[in-house]
Amino acid sequence: MTRYLLRRLAHTAFVLWAAFTASFVLLFLLPGDPVATMVLGGGGSAALDGAQVAALRHAYGFDRPVPAQYLDRLLHALHGDFGSSVQSGERVGALIADALPQTAQLTGAALLLALLGGGALALAGAWTRSRRLARLLDAAPALGVSAPTFWTGLMLIQFVSFRLGLFPSVGAAGPAALVLPALTLALPAGAVLARVFTGSLRAALGEPYVTTARAKGATRARVYFGHALRNAAGAPLALLGLLVGELLAGSVVTETVFSRGGLGRVTASAVATQDIPVVQGLVVLGAAVFALANLAVDLAQPLVDPRLLVRTAAPRSVTA
Amino acid sequence: MSLLTATSVRVRSAGAGALTAAGYLLLVLVAAVAPGLFTDRDPLAARPADRLLPPGSGHPFGTDELGRDLFARVVHGTALSLEAAAIACAIALVLGTALGLLSGALGGRVDELLMRATDVLLAIPSLLLSLALVTALGFGTVKAAVAVGVTSVAGFARIMRAQVLRVRAAPYVEAARAAGARWPAVLLGHVLPNAWGPVRGFAALQFATSLLSVSSLGFLGYGAAPPAPEWGSLVAAGQNWFASAWWLSTLPGLTVAATVLAVNRLAAALPDAERP
Repeated sequence: MTRYLLRRLAHTAFVLWAAFTASFVLLFLLPGDPVATMVLGGGGSAALDGAQVAALRHAYGFDRPVPAQYLDRLLHALHGDFGSSVQSGERVGALIADALPQTAQLTGAALLLALLGGGALALAGAWTRSRRLARLLDAAPALGVSAPTFWTGLMLIQFVSFRLGLFPSVGAAGPAALVLPALTLALPAGAVLARVFTGSLRAALGEPYVTTARAKGATRARVYFGHALRNAAGAPLALLGLLVGELLAGSVVTETVFSRGGLGRVTASAVATQDIPVVQGLVVLGAAVFALANLAVDLAQPLVDPRLLVRTAAPRSVTA
Repeated sequence: MSLLTATSVRVRSAGAGALTAAGYLLLVLVAAVAPGLFTDRDPLAARPADRLLPPGSGHPFGTDELGRDLFARVVHGTALSLEAAAIACAIALVLGTALGLLSGALGGRVDELLMRATDVLLAIPSLLLSLALVTALGFGTVKAAVAVGVTSVAGFARIMRAQVLRVRAAPYVEAARAAGARWPAVLLGHVLPNAWGPVRGFAALQFATSLLSVSSLGFLGYGAAPPAPEWGSLVAAGQNWFASAWWLSTLPGLTVAATVLAVNRLAAALPDAERP
C-alpha cells in the first residue's frame, strides 16, 4: 500500500510539473513576444513606445535565455509564486486565493447536486416498473449533456428568477443566490454521472448474488441499497476526479452568466486581457485539483469496493 | 458513399428519434451552405423601427435591440458555428489518430513518451486548456476552433492506440507480416481500416462536444468579432436585454442545444465497429 501511495504521489507530482511546463511553452514561448501580447492584450492599441516595451521585457525577464527563464519560473512556482498579474500588478497567488472560496462553494454545491441528482435519476430508472417512465429517465441525461451551460443558466434565470421570482438571478449574497448557479453547473456533470451509474447499476442487478439475495427473501429495497448500490458505485466514483476538474473550469461560464465573483471571473478577465502569469497559475491550479481529486478517488475506491484491494495485491500483469 | 448508405440503413432501423435528428441536421447543413433558402432578410441590416419585436409573423425569432431579424442572424450564423466545430473536430481527429497510430505501432520509448503527453493533456480541464490556448493564439473563430481541437487530441490518440494494439495481435496481421508485408503497408492497409469504427463513433460525439465548447468560447467573447452572427455570441449579445426580451438569448441557445442533441442522437445510432 505504501509503495502504491508513493507511486501515485510521484505521478501526481509529475503531472503538475508537466502542466507547468506545458503552460510555460504555450503561454511564454508560443506567442513569440509575450510582452507585445500582453501590451496589445484584448485587442487594444499599443500605448507604449519601444523603450517602455524593452523595460517591461527586462522587468519580466523576457530578455534572458529561455532555459534560465524557465528554471527561474519553475523554482518560484515550487514556492507557490507565479509572479504578478500584468493587469493589476497583484500577486497571482493572492489573486487566486481571494477568489477561490467563492468558487469552491459553487463547485462543491454543484458536485453535491450532481451526485444526488444523477444518483437519484439512475436509481429511479432502475427501480421503476413502468416502461414509459424508465425510458423517459433514460433519455434525460442526453438532454443534460447537450444543453450548453450558458443557455441553461439563462433559462433558469428567465423562468425561475424572472417569472416565478424564486431565487435571485445575480450576485453572491447568501445561500439562495447559490442555488441557480450550482444547478446550472451541476446539470452536465449530473447527466454524465446518471448515464454511467445507470449502466453499472444494471450490470450489478444482473449479477448472480442479486438473484440469490432475492431468492433468500430479501426485499427489493434491501437488494438495491444493500447489495447493488455499493457494487455499482465504483464506475461513477471513478469519474469524480474528471468531473471536479470540469466543474472548476465550468465556473468560468457559470460565474459569467450569474455575475458572481470567483475564479471563473478571474479566468475570464485574465484571458480577455491576455494576462499570461494569471492564466498560467490557473492552468496549474486546474491540473492540481484534477490530480488531487483523482488521487483521493483512487484511495477511496477500495473502501467502497474491497475487491479492488485483492486485485491490486495480486501480481500485476503489464497493462496495455 | 458506403458510409452514407450504411448510416441511412442504420438510421431507418433506429426509429423515429434518429430520423428526426437526421432531418433536423439536414436542415442545419442546408442553412450553413445556403442560408438564403431559409430567409431573404439581411442578418446585419438594422431597422430601428422594428427593434425588440417578439417572435411573430415576419420575424419567427423576433428582432434584437437594433431591429435586426434574429432568425436571419441564427441562420446566417450556422456556417460560422458549424465550421468552427468541424475545424476543431478535424484537428483532433487528424493529430490524435496520427499520434495514436504511431504510439501503438512503434511501442517502446515513443509510446511511453506520447502516452505521458496525453496524460498531461487530459489532466488540464478541457475548457481551461482551450482558454490558455486562446490566450496564446488570440481571439477569432478559427483560433477558438484550434484551441478547442487541441483539447480533444488526447482522446483520439488513446482510442486509436487501443485499436492498433487490438488489431496488431490479430491473426490476419500476423499473416500479412509473414507474407512479407512491411509495417507501413500493414498499418495503412489493415490496422487503419479496422480501427476506423470506434474512432468514427468517437469523432461524431466529439463534433457535438466541440460545438458546445466553441459556442461557450463564443459566448465568453473569444470567438467571432461582434457584427458577424455566431450562435454562442448571439446568446451573449441577448443577455443585456434578456429581462424584457426573452427570445433574444433563448432561441439561439435552443438552436445550439437542439443541434448538439441531434448529433449525439445520430452518433448513438452509428454502429460501433463496422466491417469495411
